[in-house]
Amino acid sequence: MADYTIKVRRYQPESGKPAYWEEFGVELDPSLSVLDGLLQAKDRDDGSLAVRCSCRAAICGSCGMKINGQSGLGCQTQIGEAQELADKKAAAVGGAAEGNVITIEPMGNMPVIKDLVTDMESTHWTKIRRVTPWLLPYGEPPEREYIVEPESMVDITQSMACIQCGACVSSCLSMEVDPLFIGPAALAKAYRFVGDPRDAETTERLTDLAHDPHGIYDCTHCFSCVDACPKGVAPMDQIMRLRRKAGENGIEDPNSGHSHEMAFVKIIEKKGTLDESLLLQESFAPGVLGKLLPTKRAIKEMIGSLPTAVRGIKTGKMRSLPKLIPGVHHKLPGNAQDEVKAIYKHAEEHNEEFNLYIKGEEGDEEAAVEERLEPAAAPGGEEASNG
Amino acid sequence: MPSHDVLVIGAGLAGQRAALAAAEQGVSVGIVSKVHPVRSHSNAAQGGINAALNPDDTWESHAFDTVKGSDYLGDQDAIEIMAKEAPEEILHMEHLGVTFHRNAEGKLGTRAFGGASAARTYYVADITGQAIMHVLYEQLMKYSEQITRYEEWFSSSLAIDENGECCGVVTRNVADGSMELFQAKSVILATGGSGQIWKPTTNALICTGDGIAMAYRVGAKLMDMEMIQYHPTTLAGKGFLITEGARGEGALLLNKNGERFMEKYAPNKMELASRDVVSRAEQTEINEGRGFPDGTVALDITVVPKKRIHEALREIVLVGRDFAGVDITREPIHIKPGNHYTMGGVKTDVEGRTDIPGLYAAGEVACVSVHGGNRLGANSLLDTLIFGKHSGRDAAARALRTDWAKPSGKVLEDEQAMVDDINGREKGSGRRVSEIKLELGQTMDSKVAVFRDEAGITEALETVRRLKEEAKTAYIDDHGQVFNQDLMGAIELGYMLDCAECSCVAALERKESRGAQYRTDYPERNDEEWLKHIDLERTDEGPEISYSEVTITQWQPEARTY
Ligand SMILES: Cc1cc2nc3c(=O)[nH]c(=O)nc-3n(C[C@H](O)[C@H](O)[C@H](O)COP(=O)(O)OP(=O)(O)OC[C@H]3O[C@@H](n4cnc5c(N)ncnc54)[C@H](O)[C@@H]3O)c2cc1C
Ligand code: SF4
Ligand code: SF4
Ligand code: FES
Repeated sequence: MADYTIKVRRYQPESGKPAYWEEFGVELDPSLSVLDGLLQAKDRDDGSLAVRCSCRAAICGSCGMKINGQSGLGCQTQIGEAQELADKKAAAVGGAAEGNVITIEPMGNMPVIKDLVTDMESTHWTKIRRVTPWLLPYGEPPEREYIVEPESMVDITQSMACIQCGACVSSCLSMEVDPLFIGPAALAKAYRFVGDPRDAETTERLTDLAHDPHGIYDCTHCFSCVDACPKGVAPMDQIMRLRRKAGENGIEDPNSGHSHEMAFVKIIEKKGTLDESLLLQESFAPGVLGKLLPTKRAIKEMIGSLPTAVRGIKTGKMRSLPKLIPGVHHKLPGNAQDEVKAIYKHAEEHNEEFNLYIKGEEGDEEAAVEERLEPAAAPGGEEASNG
Repeated sequence: MPSHDVLVIGAGLAGQRAALAAAEQGVSVGIVSKVHPVRSHSNAAQGGINAALNPDDTWESHAFDTVKGSDYLGDQDAIEIMAKEAPEEILHMEHLGVTFHRNAEGKLGTRAFGGASAARTYYVADITGQAIMHVLYEQLMKYSEQITRYEEWFSSSLAIDENGECCGVVTRNVADGSMELFQAKSVILATGGSGQIWKPTTNALICTGDGIAMAYRVGAKLMDMEMIQYHPTTLAGKGFLITEGARGEGALLLNKNGERFMEKYAPNKMELASRDVVSRAEQTEINEGRGFPDGTVALDITVVPKKRIHEALREIVLVGRDFAGVDITREPIHIKPGNHYTMGGVKTDVEGRTDIPGLYAAGEVACVSVHGGNRLGANSLLDTLIFGKHSGRDAAARALRTDWAKPSGKVLEDEQAMVDDINGREKGSGRRVSEIKLELGQTMDSKVAVFRDEAGITEALETVRRLKEEAKTAYIDDHGQVFNQDLMGAIELGYMLDCAECSCVAALERKESRGAQYRTDYPERNDEEWLKHIDLERTDEGPEISYSEVTITQWQPEARTY
């Protein structure tokens, strides 16, 4: 048991008052979740504190929120870890090293209905429906099952793993600039059909998503959604797959340039740079004043998304690896840097993308890296952040 | 007044399947869910769904395993229907787009599950329920012309017309607090189970037995309410589930001395015996001092090849990592039996019809009864789909031959009065709703769990009845209209207490041990006196008990060994 202070961004629509912050003291085991903390406050102090939740196990997708500014699930974030992050952030700007408050806000890029409850219908579900989210099969179904490559099912199971929580939407930079952007979750959903060999309308779907000025080319490749996603869907990877498939099918980007120019302007404004390497660093290791604080998941997700970067390099859109992750590579613990290179090389040689569901398939190489990385990075990435 | 030929309350697998089946018959359909449909609890189902689809397998074998699993309390006519129709239903789901696991030839592949004599569980990694539910939701979006979705609407009372037929439901729009009387020719309850009555539980916070209590309150019979499943592998304290798929893939159960104790209890099926058998074995080890100090035994998944773990049990890797801080690929994880499933529920026939004309039930809220005393793993998703489909079709057929009844406005007025009463309670006038829920959960988990006896159940029943009184004055903080979760919580507490009372009464009544009901004071199964269902009907004094026959078609009760 430990004491925590959670500072919640509240909005009570019927009060006529603007949004405000309120602090709650809670007492719980550090291994319990931020959602458990919120529910304790709700149970003990104020039943009017609104938060969607149901499963408490990162499976129903109800509890998307921003914790210390980062989009994720309340039930998947341990309160002890949230405290560490709050402390680190405070220390980095010269504040106290411990006992800082954990801030909790509703998801971004969505109107707020009440407290942590956002309007997902207008921002998320309408976009999901935009991508014709159902299978459009060839004629009548076969007598038995469709016979398909086992790997193809595994491949789209990564996007099937999406629980529609909206965390990616909340964190998406392009969405901030262009609210009409179809967005990470809906495009990941689109890949679920484009990648499905049972779907007959692959070309039509790809053309549609490529020609829409708010479609697949509207993504600025900022990695925020990859970092935010609690289920390893890596929406940006799915978008890159859509782009690649569009390219392979000879589908052009008719709006080239136009739509993401604006986004880039915004990023430059926000980040002061258009160096993708720094963008990458920013999104995986939200540094405060240039300090690097990679989280356990960030390192893992980054390794997961390297192959996308590989593909980026191949098409000349990105820089090579050492430049790509300048802030991270010399700080990775132990021999992890070599491992990263090994994965990188492997992917390049095999011309393949990794998929979280088939990780560990080939002699367990990738899984092994994860393991070696984790213990070192786990205690809040201490080592990594010293440099 | 919104009106639909068929109104489905609940949008988990059972509700969504029912809505689609009804819409296929050309009637207008409405589907209501207190949370967005994809948040429904069906998404928690990790392991898979059973069907004798493989050419070497037979529906009879599946049916027999289910009958035996139920400890002969399941109704065999219903079980036959479920087992026979399962293969077609799986293929239907596959055709709609479910990304089922494939074998090397690209055909549907299976995994082994407990209590089954063949590997007949079809799955999508360990997100089977989620994958099927999201695909069904895709279909709901596709057929939005025929099916109107009421997402985040909370139903609280059924409307019965002067002929005693169900004709509608009072429902609250969570977003703005407005209440409406929905009119319908047929109403299908698909509101899921009541696991929140126990604490801890693997069930989501929304599983509060709403439909069971709503039906009970208007006079529908409940059946098998004593049959509550404790799942053998849940995380201590938090109630998170480790899927049976883990044992299906070869994981072992070990006590603190490293002994594979299932050798003693189920020498043939070992870890893959029926759930009630495994849960009792674990609890016996723990009670007799061979568990770990935290009241658990160990599940060793490290014996499963890593590659296979990452491919087929990824969700469990995440649960271990995020919620227990354990890397299951490297070390055993501590587990114990935990509340998991409501076998009993609203009594229905094989078409989902309850005792009240026009009122149907399907899925975990219902008791057909295919699970009897103990549900086999991966049979519940199947139950939701098969009987969801039957209910949807029959409800549509009824709607086509029935005229509109006019629900009286009184039910809406009563409901408003109930809400006003809750809202009017002063802070401090009674206990907090959350306190009552906690006491209820802990009481049930200690007294009406894996092992039960008369003294314990009686105590639990007394507590429940006291809590029912206390609930009448329990106050809430939120008096607003918009997203008032506090108010819904208070209403749900009422449902939970009704269900809890029924479970206690039935558990006390059944003086034998069968399936999930193990009475230490009556440790034997007693077919002569107790091969029958306990039915409960609401009266002002509490549930009134009656009995009904178990339907036996071809499998006579035998001793049950694994
Ligand atoms: C952790 C876990 C793992 C499981 N794994 C498996 C497995 O591998 N295989 C298997 O076969 N089974 C499994 N089960 C069991 C299975 O998931 C459930 O029994 C089944 O999904 C229940 O489906 P349902 O459609 O009946 O109800 P649910 O999916 O619970 O849906 C209930 C619906 O009713 C709505 N609702 C409830 N009350 C109201 C109200 N008052 N007003 C409006 N709407 C309301 C809810 O919003 C929801 O939409 C598992 C269960 C758990 C808890
Ligand atoms: S990578 Fe693309 S989709 Fe993902 S958050 Fe950034 S801009 Fe949005
Ligand atoms: S892609 Fe990930 S973050 Fe986005 S909605 Fe799906 S699960 Fe949530
Ligand atoms: S409560 Fe279900 S995802 Fe957090």
